[in-house]
Amino acid sequence: MANREPMIELIGLGKTFESKNSYVKALEDINLTIYEGEIFGIIGLSGAGKSTLVRCINYLERPTTGKVIFDKTDLSEVGDRELLKIRQSMGMIFQQFNLLMQRNTLQNICFPLEIAGVSVKDAKKRAYELLDVVGLTDKAKAYPAQLSGGQKQRVAIARALATKPKVLLCDEATSALDPTTTRSILELLREINKNLGITIVVITHEMSVIEEICNRVAIIDESRIAEIGDVEEVFMRPKSKIARQLVFSGANHIDSFVGEDKCRIIFDGRTSFEPVIANMVLECRTPVNILFADTKDIDGKAFGQMVIQLPEDESSKKRIFAYLEMHKIPHEEVL
Amino acid sequence: MFSQAMLELIGIGILETLYMTILSSVLAYILGLPLGILLVITDKDGIAPMVTINRIIGFIVNIFRSIPFVILLVALLPFTRMVVGTTLGPNALVVPLVIGSAPYIARLVESSLKEVDHGVIEAAQSMGASPSQIVFKVLIPEAMPSLIMGGAIAVITILSYSAMGGFVGAGGLGTLAINYGYYRYQVNIMLITIAILVLIVQGFQELGGRLMRRFDKRL
Ligand SMILES: Nc1ncnc2c1ncn2[C@@H]1O[C@H](COP(=O)(O)OP(=O)(O)O)[C@@H](O)[C@H]1O
Ligand SMILES: [Mg+2]
Repeated sequence: MANREPMIELIGLGKTFESKNSYVKALEDINLTIYEGEIFGIIGLSGAGKSTLVRCINYLERPTTGKVIFDKTDLSEVGDRELLKIRQSMGMIFQQFNLLMQRNTLQNICFPLEIAGVSVKDAKKRAYELLDVVGLTDKAKAYPAQLSGGQKQRVAIARALATKPKVLLCDEATSALDPTTTRSILELLREINKNLGITIVVITHEMSVIEEICNRVAIIDESRIAEIGDVEEVFMRPKSKIARQLVFSGANHIDSFVGEDKCRIIFDGRTSFEPVIANMVLECRTPVNILFADTKDIDGKAFGQMVIQLPEDESSKKRIFAYLEMHKIPHEEVL
Repeated sequence: MFSQAMLELIGIGILETLYMTILSSVLAYILGLPLGILLVITDKDGIAPMVTINRIIGFIVNIFRSIPFVILLVALLPFTRMVVGTTLGPNALVVPLVIGSAPYIARLVESSLKEVDHGVIEAAQSMGASPSQIVFKVLIPEAMPSLIMGGAIAVITILSYSAMGGFVGAGGLGTLAINYGYYRYQVNIMLITIAILVLIVQGFQELGGRLMRRFDKRL
């Protein structure tokens, strides 16, 4: 990524919401660069400031401090009119889809083109192209109320792409969808990124979404960036407390096994996980207890993680670590 | 039951009532619709927040809404004479009808437009829509079913106000009911005018409902 051009730069970004009797610091000292063509993830718990962050990127929210530089333009320096123009090169999709309920699919996709002043004929032509991209050609005349959640999000994606934006901002775009639909929408985003070269910013509270499509990720916690890096790196060696919490996601309860030594084993696709555990147990001659497992079988390779409870006696413990070291299986002791 | 002359009077009464109601509704919307839109967009959470303007409009609207229509009618008589040249007849009643109902319409429009999901407005903003594009391409079309229903309510309210004009000789069914039913104790005339008014109200309500269902694409 380093050789690519920066697409979005956030410098010392801060946002405070002030009203008569309240004062909320939603963002503080956010510094990050998103490069052209990457899929960048922003993850955090609810209320961390993710939506505020993404709304600052297209200046729907004006930052109180710091700068947003989009495609070499400092957004704080452009006039209102120019800002509207710039927004046409940043598409955005939402958790609740936000389609116009009184317009059919085709009219929804034409909407941003009408805003941009494109002729009706050209807008329709473009809309049909996009319907093809998102695979909904047969739903051109359907109204949002007649579509499923996944189909609505596809329409929203087509709509966001209508003005040929350079960036697509996705705020919890799959959070209202079931796992299968989520996967198909993420697949579509990946295709769009690959085929159209559009930079994608994915906001989510689910680590699985980040793992599925992102190249890099920023973890945001209590208004600040806690950690930032390549997804694999963050996933395998989470440094901050919040990162560990998100990586473990469903396995928060592990912390409650106090006083017992645990080990997290990471499956990075180089091995198939079954023999790892089985062989380890055989070789080390000690049984292990699996506390948590979240693994996926992709083309016969294991991805994911597993937390095992280590045996009490030190020698068995050493043997297990020796085994993991020897087979170069990424792992870490969890205390 | 009724003489030919009486039937004619009733016929004219119906036409005058419809004339006053429809003309006043159109004019009141010309005034009330922009006011309602302004109330929504200048709100502190609106698309073009202007708190002072919002307060001023809201205040004026509230003042006019708190004056009972009969009192407004009388208070406006000098103004009406200035505008129309007379205080009698259907045209004269249109003046207070418009002034009395426009603030009410502004509130009806405001509440319809506020029903539009904020997320949809945000989506339009993210596409670079200007405030006026949001008003005309998002707020009004998305709120259309609700605006139509509000329209039926407004027309019916204006109709009932117009009947009060009977006391000042505005013409229409109201005058008929008051002149014959109230002053001359001809109860049957009163009853027939009431029956006709009920039918007209029913008609507008039904029309509003049908149009709304026709326009609403949310199924
Ligand atoms: N318009 C606003 N006014 C006041 N506070 C807000 C506003 N928008 C967001 N906040 C506050 O900012 C914080 C971050 O919110 P948000 O960015 O929506 O978080 P997330 O999307 O990560 O769940 C929350 O505490 C929220 O209450
Ligand atoms: Mg959010």
